[in-house]
Amino acid sequence: MAMTEQRVSYTMDSSLETIDSAEEKATKIATELGFGEDEVMQISMAVREGAVNAVLHGNAYAKDKKVILGFERTGQDFIITIRDQGPGMDLSKIPNPLAPENLLKTSGRGIFLMRSFMDVVEIRPSSSGTELKLIKHVHGSTAGGKEASQ
Amino acid sequence: MTMKVGSRQVDGVTIVDCSGRITLGEGSVILRDTVRDLLGKGNKKIVLNLKDVNYIDSSGIGELVSAFTTTKNQGGELKLLNLTKKVNDLLQITKLYTVFDVKDDEASAVKSFK
Repeated sequence: MAMTEQRVSYTMDSSLETIDSAEEKATKIATELGFGEDEVMQISMAVREGAVNAVLHGNAYAKDKKVILGFERTGQDFIITIRDQGPGMDLSKIPNPLAPENLLKTSGRGIFLMRSFMDVVEIRPSSSGTELKLIKHVHGSTAGGKEASQ
Repeated sequence: MTMKVGSRQVDGVTIVDCSGRITLGEGSVILRDTVRDLLGKGNKKIVLNLKDVNYIDSSGIGELVSAFTTTKNQGGELKLLNLTKKVNDLLQITKLYTVFDVKDDEASAVKSFK
């Protein structure tokens, strides 16, 4: 699959509509880039989960806070960035949803799903918000997603 | 496509036919309200038929877990029926496949309550 270098970004409200819209945009672009059906599904789910985190946990639906969604195509990668304007995620509080004591928890699976579906997941929290970067290699394996948290 | 549900009784078991997406927002709320209503009316043998559910996000997964534990805590049982490949894969990678009682045909699902 050949990808020309291109970047597009959207500034969006902290609403449920933003989550659906982010997923739809990711699905459309990933499809246009030629990813297979399963990979498109994985990318769109990861983006949805990232948008959920930004809208709910980052911005907490605040009307004055925005979600900045970016899609970038490079020769090797499809890169999605999702930034919120919340207080910054505490990475030490991310639970392992596969631990027996967490299996029946009703939340806490979003980042796990992103890590499962994408090749690279980077989470950069700061006091002015959290930036999430999701990368799918053009010909990458979907197994064993790596994470680089800073 | 938003979530739609319809329920029917088969030999004392309530089958809830779900279709669409179980995601944050309307889909999750509809599932939660449906299970709550059933339990409130004393229907404690529940099968969620997910044959036409083509998408579940982490909130939807959480809602399935909530429905399962809420039903169990009220002395009932909730089982899943006819998972699509996508939903099946999600339950596998989240290790929830072993938590839920998953059936692939309605007759055996109904019979399993007796």
